[in-house]
Amino acid sequence: MGSPPHFYRFTGKILPWLSLLCTLLIAAGLWGGLVEAPADYQQGDSFRIIYVHVPSAWMSLFVYVVMAVCGAIGLIWHMKNAEIIAVSSAPIGASFTFLALVTGSLWGKPMWGSWWVWDARLTSELILLFLYLGVIGLYAAIEDKRTASRAVAILALVGLVNIPIIHYSVEWWNTLHQGPTVTKFDKPSIHVSMLIPLLLMAVGFKLFYLISVLIRARGELIERESNSNWVSELLEKR
Amino acid sequence: MKPVRKQRLYLILAMVVAIAVAAGFGLNAFNQNLMFFFAPTEVVAGKAPDTAVFRLGGMVVEGSVQRPGDDLRVRFDLTDFEQVVSVEYTGILPDLFREGQGIVSRGRLRADGVFVAEEVLAKHDENYMPPEVADSLKKAPGDLE
Repeated sequence: MGSPPHFYRFTGKILPWLSLLCTLLIAAGLWGGLVEAPADYQQGDSFRIIYVHVPSAWMSLFVYVVMAVCGAIGLIWHMKNAEIIAVSSAPIGASFTFLALVTGSLWGKPMWGSWWVWDARLTSELILLFLYLGVIGLYAAIEDKRTASRAVAILALVGLVNIPIIHYSVEWWNTLHQGPTVTKFDKPSIHVSMLIPLLLMAVGFKLFYLISVLIRARGELIERESNSNWVSELLEKR
Repeated sequence: MKPVRKQRLYLILAMVVAIAVAAGFGLNAFNQNLMFFFAPTEVVAGKAPDTAVFRLGGMVVEGSVQRPGDDLRVRFDLTDFEQVVSVEYTGILPDLFREGQGIVSRGRLRADGVFVAEEVLAKHDENYMPPEVADSLKKAPGDLE
């Protein structure tokens, strides 16, 4: 996976299959969540926003960790592909974070009685969005893309401290946001019929991230390597 | 691993650890400010501000909700299962507000110890289940299945 042309060819081959699998999973998850799953005993149908909100929130943390780890690999081993995966992840992670914040807000108004409160969970998730935006902005601001990747990796590693804060905020402090339902060591406090579509959606979202990061990375790779032989060969074949 | 790379790896690890420690100290110092609400026990013990606005969180005591007039005024007791604080509120309550439900209210303490709320938010718990399951749980408290 280390060499750019090999990376480009390999990802080109697996992308259609990943897309098919992702579509199937998300379709099954949506059908299960919006049609099959029963309404909640307290929230009625409003709880169904969980099927978008929770997977996006999980992905917002997951993508950040991937970005920081790839950034660190890029810093230590100067691996081009890792640098590219790191910078390509930022806009996707920012979108997931935005989606989690917006869906949470839409749910919060009828359930809590407020669009937004400054509790520890919501505030730290908002800081995560700003971290992503910082990474995107910093990368765009530096002309030389290899220098930019290094600067971005350091910023991403500094922000890594926010990830456990977001996850544990609901346990460390009093928050309006409820505690974890699924990601705790105890048994999940959600009925099986509601849990299965949620897990389908979670895996579907993971694949969606994988697909979009690969597409973005391929574009970034071609742009960076535009002067190299393998890219010109690729263009001649067209 | 080449020595240069090893050095860079240690440098990055040291940076991440140092930031984590700094953030830990910082958050620890601001611990009280990061709490979204006070519990009734803290209010009774006098830890909450007696003139400023703050938030009070707890469970609505079963059977304590009263409407003294024919307006939107409502009175209820909040508990953390140790102490009880009475709350007065005028306005529309959120959908999830009910007896036995956790809520968070913002307001200030009156001289007689009653908490006058300006805003009431419902705190949802982490349990999700179909209504039939909730009914059978009420009849026979047991595992969620």
